[in-house]
Amino acid sequence: MIIKYFSWIKEHIGKSEELIELPDDVKTISELINYLNNLNDDYKKVFVKKDLIKIAVNKTYCSVETKISNNDEIAFFPPVTGG
Amino acid sequence: MDQKKTIPVKIKIQNDDFDVSKETKILQENQTGAIVSFVGVVRGFDEKINSVIESMTLEHYPGMTELEIKKIVKQSYERWDITGATVIHRIGKLLPTDQIVFVGVSSRHRQNAFDSCNFIMDWLKTKAPFWKVEENDHQKKWVDHNLSDDEATKKWSI
Repeated sequence: MIIKYFSWIKEHIGKSEELIELPDDVKTISELINYLNNLNDDYKKVFVKKDLIKIAVNKTYCSVETKISNNDEIAFFPPVTGG
Repeated sequence: MDQKKTIPVKIKIQNDDFDVSKETKILQENQTGAIVSFVGVVRGFDEKINSVIESMTLEHYPGMTELEIKKIVKQSYERWDITGATVIHRIGKLLPTDQIVFVGVSSRHRQNAFDSCNFIMDWLKTKAPFWKVEENDHQKKWVDHNLSDDEATKKWSI
């Protein structure tokens, strides 16, 4: 699975993307966030602000309940500020 | 209304500047009686944090940005009788007075062009994955999402 980060989230986590092998028991975005939070505190510091984070699976907006698989591209980013 | 209709649509995400009169001229080639366009420009001052902006850098999510804008434009031409639409959004480093975004719509009659241009711009501000960071000598600050932009989209709910 590829995970992409944008804007201040990218800076807090210290990378714009990473490849992970999804553990069998991680089946939703919510479970992915819990998994990442357990990796290190950088993720925790980001995901504690969960109300400020938008999520996309395969370039489409989704929610924390969305089911995911190892072939998906996930993105975490703040509310948008273009235009 | 014909839900399957298609119209000429141009969507570009680019570092380079754009030429408003050239883009308007292209829209004029569609069967048209009216063209409405909007141009967003970099401000030199952020009123919210009372700070001078020396430059601004825009990043986006390649692929998703184009998909989201396509969806917005499609909703627009399914809702209004328009004959063409162009959305150009710049990325990278920009300076005050630089153009950021162009939204142009052609239609046979003006009201459809006014409404659909406004609709596209409102939804672009809330859905298209772009992020701005403002820079000056003292700081670099990611711009906060403006809640009034979410409010602005409510007028389009049917």
